[in-house]
Formats: sequence, C-alpha cells, structure tokens
Amino acid sequence: MIMSNLDLNNLGNLQKVLPPDWPGGFWWHWLVFTTIIINAVLILVMAFIYIERRGMGRMQSRLGPNRTGPFGIFQPVADAIKVLLKEDIVPDTADKVVHWLAPLIAFVPTLMIFAVVPFGAGWSLAGDLNVGVLYVTAIGSISTVGVFMAGWGSSNKYSLLGAMRNVAAVVSYEMPLVLSVASVVLLAGSLSLHEIVQAQSIPFILLQPLAFLIFFMAGCAEINRSPFDLMEADSEIVAGFHTEYSGMKFAMFYLVEYAEALALSALITTFFLGGWQGPLLPPNFQWLWFVAKVFIVFFVMVWTRTTLPRVRIDQLMGFSWKFLLPLSIINLIATAIQVLVLPEGSLWVMIPVNFTIAAVLILIGSNFFTPGRGRVEV
Amino acid sequence: MALNIAFWLLAATGVAAALSVVLLRNVFRAALTLVLCFVSVAGIYITLSADFLAIVQILIYVGGISVLVILAVMLTRDVTQGSPSNKLKVPALLVAALFAGVLIFSLTQTPWAVSAEPPLEPTTSALAGKLLGQGGFILAVEIAATLLLAAILGAIVLVREK
Repeated sequence: MIMSNLDLNNLGNLQKVLPPDWPGGFWWHWLVFTTIIINAVLILVMAFIYIERRGMGRMQSRLGPNRTGPFGIFQPVADAIKVLLKEDIVPDTADKVVHWLAPLIAFVPTLMIFAVVPFGAGWSLAGDLNVGVLYVTAIGSISTVGVFMAGWGSSNKYSLLGAMRNVAAVVSYEMPLVLSVASVVLLAGSLSLHEIVQAQSIPFILLQPLAFLIFFMAGCAEINRSPFDLMEADSEIVAGFHTEYSGMKFAMFYLVEYAEALALSALITTFFLGGWQGPLLPPNFQWLWFVAKVFIVFFVMVWTRTTLPRVRIDQLMGFSWKFLLPLSIINLIATAIQVLVLPEGSLWVMIPVNFTIAAVLILIGSNFFTPGRGRVEV
Repeated sequence: MALNIAFWLLAATGVAAALSVVLLRNVFRAALTLVLCFVSVAGIYITLSADFLAIVQILIYVGGISVLVILAVMLTRDVTQGSPSNKLKVPALLVAALFAGVLIFSLTQTPWAVSAEPPLEPTTSALAGKLLGQGGFILAVEIAATLLLAAILGAIVLVREK
C-alpha cells in the first residue's frame, strides 16, 4: 500500500525530470546518456593525458611524446593498449578480494559525479538534481574508501603509507573545499548545479575570487595533483597506494586520476566560470564553451604542476588547517553579510569588495602562516 | 513495482552487510561491509523520496565516519584474526536476541502513521525552513553545533603535548 503510493508519485517525478524530446522513458534515457557520458569522459581523459604530457614537455624544455601519429596525438591510445596487454600481478600476501575491488570502488564514484554535471542548458544525466552540490561532495568522498582498500589490500608498507597520506589529505581538505562552495551556494541561492550556472550573469570567479582560489587548491589536494601529490611521491614511497597494481587495474587507477582531474575542472567551470554560458554560440552548441573552459582549467593545473615543488606532509596539513580553513570561514561569513546587506541586483558592488577582502585576507594569512615549521610525522 | 524491487534488493544487501560486519573475522573487511551497509541504507532513503537525507547519509557515514573507522582499524593489531571471543559469548547472545525481539515486536505492533500527501519537491528549502526558520528546530541545531565544538576542543586538549 505504502510502496505503491510512493511508486506512482516517484514515477511522476521521474517523468518530470526527463527532457520531453526523449522517447521511451527512463531506461532509454539512462542507457543513452550513460553511454554518452562514459565515452565523453574517456575521450576527454585521453585529451587530458595528451595535454599534460605535451604541455609538461614544453614547460620543461623537452619535446614530450611526438612519434605516435601526427604530433603524437595517438600516444594515449598506445599507452592504453600497452597497459591493457600487460600481465596482471597480484602479490602473494595480498587480500585478494579487497585488492580486486579497490580500483572499481575508486572509479565508479568518480564516474557518478558526471551524472549531475550540466554540460549544457538542461543537459545532464540525472536532470536537475536539487541537491547537486551535496551529491557531488558526497559521491566524491567515496573514492577514498577505494584508495584505502588498495593501500591495505596490497599488504605493502609503501601502499599503506600512501593510502594513509591520502586519507589524511582528503579528510582535512574536504572542509575548506565545502566551505568555499558554500559561499557560491549563498550567492546562487540554490544547491542545484543548473541553477548555480544560471545565476552567474557575472561569473562567480569575479564575485568570489578567494573562494575560487581555495576551491582550486583544496580540490588539487583532494585529487592528489602536484604540488600536493605526496600520496604517490615516487621519490619517497614508490607510487603510493597503487605500487602493487599492474595491467588493467593500474589502468583503472590511472583513469581515476585523470577522471578526477576532469571532474574537478568541470566543477570549477560550473561553480566559478559560468558553466556552459558564453557568447556567440547557438544554444545547441554551448557545450563547446563548457569543454573549452574545462580545458583552460586543466591547463592551469598542468602549469602549477610543472611550476611548484612538492610539499611535505606537515606543510600539507598545516596549509589546510592553519591557512585555508580560517580563510574560507571568514570568506563565508563575509559573503553571508554581503548577501544580507546589499540590495538585489547590485552584484557589481561585490566585485571590488570581494577582491579587497581576498587580498587583505591572503596578506594577513600569509603573515601568520609560514610553512616549514613543525615536526615531520606520518 | 520497480521501487518494490529496489527496496527488497537494498534491504537484503543492508541486512547481509550488517550481519557480515558482526560475523566476519577480518576486522578490515568488516569495516568495508559496514560501508556497504551505510550505502544501502542511503539507497532506501532515496526510494522514500528523502534525497537530502540519503546524500547526507553518504557524506557523513560513508565519507566521514567509515573512513575514521578504517583509520582506527589500522591502529589495531592482528587485523586479519580480529575479534577473539571470550566468556561473555552466551550472555551477549541472550541480550542481543532479547533486544532484537523487543525491536521487532515494537516495529510490527506500532500503528505507523502514513501521510497521504505526495513527497515534497524540492526538499531543500522545506528542510532549511524547518531547521533554521521560525518555529523550527533552531535550538537543537545550535545545541548540536556547540556540542560538536566542545568535543573538538576536548580532543585537542587531550592530545596536546604538555
């Protein structure tokens, strides 16, 4: 009785969410969009790998891969084929089930993030999810369990150390990340990613410069990108949690790494750069703006990776707790006051105010926080 | 129909996972099945149209608490042997069986009130009004926040070097 009642109601909701131009209802919608999203993610990841290797080569005064196909664009394909054909080695003392499951549990949540990312006006798998921001944060935090399973299941001390470092980083950087998104949510007045994009008549990077910087840095730390990549620091702990992985399973972890970078770029584009919005292009091709912005964000990530040296674990923790967290809390309070005090439609006033707040806070914060003190642990 | 199937699948997974948390010898695997149990409970929330609750369940229990549980498991010895039994086996079984009996009895005997209204859509603004708005549960929210702050400060004081 209860169930049938809910059943009807929920079916009504699902049909409301479906775009009207999709015949066949829910399952076809799900099948088509899932196929499109998986393929788009794989192709974009290959493009990312190419950009990263060539861009890093350029920035480090070397050529980068340039032999496979014109300008080496088929290098990711060749790499993928190579790594898939490799022998799959499982350590004798490993916990076989956990070792086998770990890459899957790390990969599936990363892919699930793309279910709510708005690629265009009304274009996302799950429709307009009204708790989109929370969904992204919640699903993103599941990958940690997969990393921990990899670290423990391999029964290798380097794997375990890498996994421990990863969990420490994720747990501490989650807070500045969520707090900086909270100020975006305050401005947009909604948790839905579609409405956040639509609220950006001015891109939020101008209204929330400090939140953007905090989100970028905390995000980079969460997905282990350099300069925060000490969970897989080759010079210290071999390759971190995926030391004992080879073949297909290693390919999965490699894919997770770049899919997470893609997800982070897509989220930064959605929260701060105006998502799919942009001039010139007709409505059906606005996803090109989205893709272009994603590539720009990823390029900045490659740039910081080649520019900055890796931090130590105590610096990593100190940076999150003593610098990013206080700044993001103050920024959230300042944004809340501005939203309350300023009249509707006076968004332009917030640009100079928030840039001043960001500059003052960064100056004060960097005077109080100096990396390099403290003891080395973990 | 589809929701019925989903409910039974999730319920069976949840119960199986909860049982294996207790029965598995390997503490690490037990912690992982606890994660599975949390996820299936979140799935049941989704079938009840409580999307916010489901996502908070994943955020806090899967992303936060279970990671802390796994970290704590790492600090124990003999992870693979785990949970050795002692003399309290039989009393524990009795108390647990009694508790389960009371729970099942009260759950099946209570006349649950079922609202005929359709689920709210969107849930977020209604929840925000209830939690922070006038006539809502603002006092409880504030007390919970203060309690958590006190707990954090207490933890810092406990682990600080003299």
